[in-house]
Amino acid sequence: MKNQNHLKYAFVMLPVLLAACSGGGETKQEAKQEESAQASASPEGAAGPREIVVEEGGSIQAAVNEAKSGDTIIVKPGVYKQSVYIDKPNITLRGLRDGDRWAVLDGETVKNDGIIASGHSTVIDGFYVKGYKGNGIMTQGANNFQILNNHVEGAFYGIFPQYGRNGLVKGNTVTGSEDAGIYVGMSDNIDVLENVAYGNVMGLEFENTRNALMARNHIYGNASGIALTIVPGLPVKDAYSQVIKDNKIEKNNIENFAPSSSIAAGVPSGVGIIVVGPDDITIENNEIAGNDNVGVLVTDLLTFGLSNDPKVDPYSDGIKIMKNTWRDNGDNLSGMLGGMIAAASRSGVEILSMGKDRDSCLLAEDGVDALGVDQWTACDPSMTKATFDTAMIKDGAEEPVYSPEQKGRLTYLAVCTGCHAYDSVLHGPSVESIKALYADNPEGLVQYAANPVRKREDFPEMPAQSYLGDDVLTQIADYILYDLGE
Amino acid sequence: MKRALISLCAMALLGAAKADRIELNDRCPASFRLLEDGTCELVTLYSAYSSPANHGGVRAHISPPAKRYTPKEIDLGRYLFFDPVLSVNGTMSCASCHDPAKGFSDGRKRAVGRGELERAAPTLWNVAFADKYMWDGRAATLEEQAAMPLYSPKEMGATPESVERALRAAPAYRDLFNQAFGQLPTAELASVALAAFESSLISLNSRYDRYAHGDESALSEQEIRGFNAFRGFVARCSQCHIPPLFTDFELAVVGAPADDQGHEDAGAGALSDDPSLYGAFKTPTLRNISRTAPYFQAGQFGTLKEVVEFYNDTRGHAAPQGKPLKIHWHVHMTEGPELSEEDVSDIAAFLLALEDETLSPEIPSRLPSELQQNVRQGMATSGGLK
Repeated sequence: MKNQNHLKYAFVMLPVLLAACSGGGETKQEAKQEESAQASASPEGAAGPREIVVEEGGSIQAAVNEAKSGDTIIVKPGVYKQSVYIDKPNITLRGLRDGDRWAVLDGETVKNDGIIASGHSTVIDGFYVKGYKGNGIMTQGANNFQILNNHVEGAFYGIFPQYGRNGLVKGNTVTGSEDAGIYVGMSDNIDVLENVAYGNVMGLEFENTRNALMARNHIYGNASGIALTIVPGLPVKDAYSQVIKDNKIEKNNIENFAPSSSIAAGVPSGVGIIVVGPDDITIENNEIAGNDNVGVLVTDLLTFGLSNDPKVDPYSDGIKIMKNTWRDNGDNLSGMLGGMIAAASRSGVEILSMGKDRDSCLLAEDGVDALGVDQWTACDPSMTKATFDTAMIKDGAEEPVYSPEQKGRLTYLAVCTGCHAYDSVLHGPSVESIKALYADNPEGLVQYAANPVRKREDFPEMPAQSYLGDDVLTQIADYILYDLGE
Repeated sequence: MKRALISLCAMALLGAAKADRIELNDRCPASFRLLEDGTCELVTLYSAYSSPANHGGVRAHISPPAKRYTPKEIDLGRYLFFDPVLSVNGTMSCASCHDPAKGFSDGRKRAVGRGELERAAPTLWNVAFADKYMWDGRAATLEEQAAMPLYSPKEMGATPESVERALRAAPAYRDLFNQAFGQLPTAELASVALAAFESSLISLNSRYDRYAHGDESALSEQEIRGFNAFRGFVARCSQCHIPPLFTDFELAVVGAPADDQGHEDAGAGALSDDPSLYGAFKTPTLRNISRTAPYFQAGQFGTLKEVVEFYNDTRGHAAPQGKPLKIHWHVHMTEGPELSEEDVSDIAAFLLALEDETLSPEIPSRLPSELQQNVRQGMATSGGLK
């Protein structure tokens, strides 16, 4: 047990160890700290998480570079014409707000993206993000992320978590996105709660996402309110188990202003919720009102005109629409979609199904005005998701746990053997000769591996391995000196 | 015990009789571990991360390739790979076009078999992770792929019969196949051995990877800027060249220009009725991309910067006219992404950080067939690392 704690510590402290090592690294570190002269750390030193404060005009990135796992970066109100990236775990980036004065990230319409994060357990909270050409806030491959209370305007996607497992997007306002305001892409176990989306091509979107909840959001004045999609040609080939409940989805009727080459350009306006291809979707207890063409449109990839992917099931199956409040939908038909509905001599349609979906259902007592739902059945009231309140993983997504010994051996194989063969010379000297050199001196071996100096002209210089952490290096040294070949 | 002793003695005697008999390696290649079933499994730091299958990102999980081979199969494949004995007239080996000194490509716009082909020789780095092979994705397994150039009349020109004949005629190969498979050489087993060897060509320890695993000093400031532009949503490179493998193995239409001979390649579209596949090619990995110029399926671009500039230009600007190309949605927007000059240079600089050839195999100093190695542009020298 003690060992496991040790290991956890090693994972968490990786960046700490990194920052603490190697001469060259130190000078760089110092330079960056100078740059961020306004970032001040609390004085208690290395122990425990710290708060790093960025004063108006300071460099947020310099604070991120300085931060260690567990630290919080507080950004004071002011305008920051910067982009920020976070590639280490457990960093909280928090903008302070003083009334109308936000911590503003301003891309001035020339910078690419506002914030990019890959670190697990990143928290991005309280920024006003505007003027970026790409996305306002994006995560790629971050698990356990939280994106909270931000205001993002005028990006391609406002907020874009991609490849995340377990995440929360809550309390944000997104507007002016040329695609989806909040676009959850290829992620699992995501809650999107209490956000406001207006003036986007699509307000909120789940793409190739599994186990997700959208609840208590206010989505109005977009071209389409909510999009639930499976996009072909992506690495994740399915999308399922999504609950859309307790949202207010109204008057999503603006003209679609997506660039003509994008998939979003094909999204019809005047639609509350558009479902293209995912399975097992519950749409319950939403207020769906004033969407000019239709309240909910259920279709499939083929009808939507997306290319064929042999590994993707193109149909929307298992759509359950129950207990929503409907008002004034489908009353002002326009565009191709409106034309099709009009051609069926209908208006005021609340639900339109256009694809070959299976196993979908309505609640008869809802008395919904629906078109194309002949093959739908009656939902069983027990299907209700009324008490479903999160799709997230209870204790968060976990990293696999290895014993220090396992971690040492794995790392030896994954990293060391690339350059060191056991009994012959590869890029570096043989492991046998290293064993002889450091017999009974694992500390010496750890020290050298963490901060190597070129000893022999006939070998290339070894890259510093300090990033692996002292614990892992110690295990590797023990393994090499006491296990290997014995 | 007795039997072991006897066979040891026999081996010693054999060794004395013919001192230069080739013994296949019974150790797994570097970065692989020997499992109890006798096969080799890749070990990478990415296996220690947790993410759902097919997720990407800086610290995304990579599972070791499910198909595993024994050390001897891998080592036999290494001999076969470099041996022209497989080709119809004994002049060409796999390494003629997949030269380790050139990133397992050949530095040419189009590969040369028995005459110039239509497409470039793709790199073999990290092929073990792919689920489809060839530029148009027509092969589903490495074994299947390995047989294609071998038996193509335009490439190595062999037939299964000629391969089997040539290998059985070489006493050393009779012995080596016996060591690896316990039977006489067959064409099918040759493909298995080639696939086994190719599966060992792993590149996951570049400076970029050290950065990914937590070494902030592993990338320069320019390279980090480049990485941010690369994964950002203006350039969108990482949407198809997804880290850590820097490919999605999908077929994509990017609107590549015709080659310098005016040839317009239908790519996967030539194999399918699906019009959306016209002009589609498999997304290549960017691992060791600095080693494999020129770029695209027929070497249309000479430098990485030219490639980035291609993507930074108006969507479809260079595509063959009059063809109904359904260009991938991530090939950006009507007017192009309008990346700054600095972004373009930074992305090209970042791509150099994906270079890692530490697991380059040792080139056999002597071939079992006793034929001379023939790597087309002269003997490979830098690929062998011993």
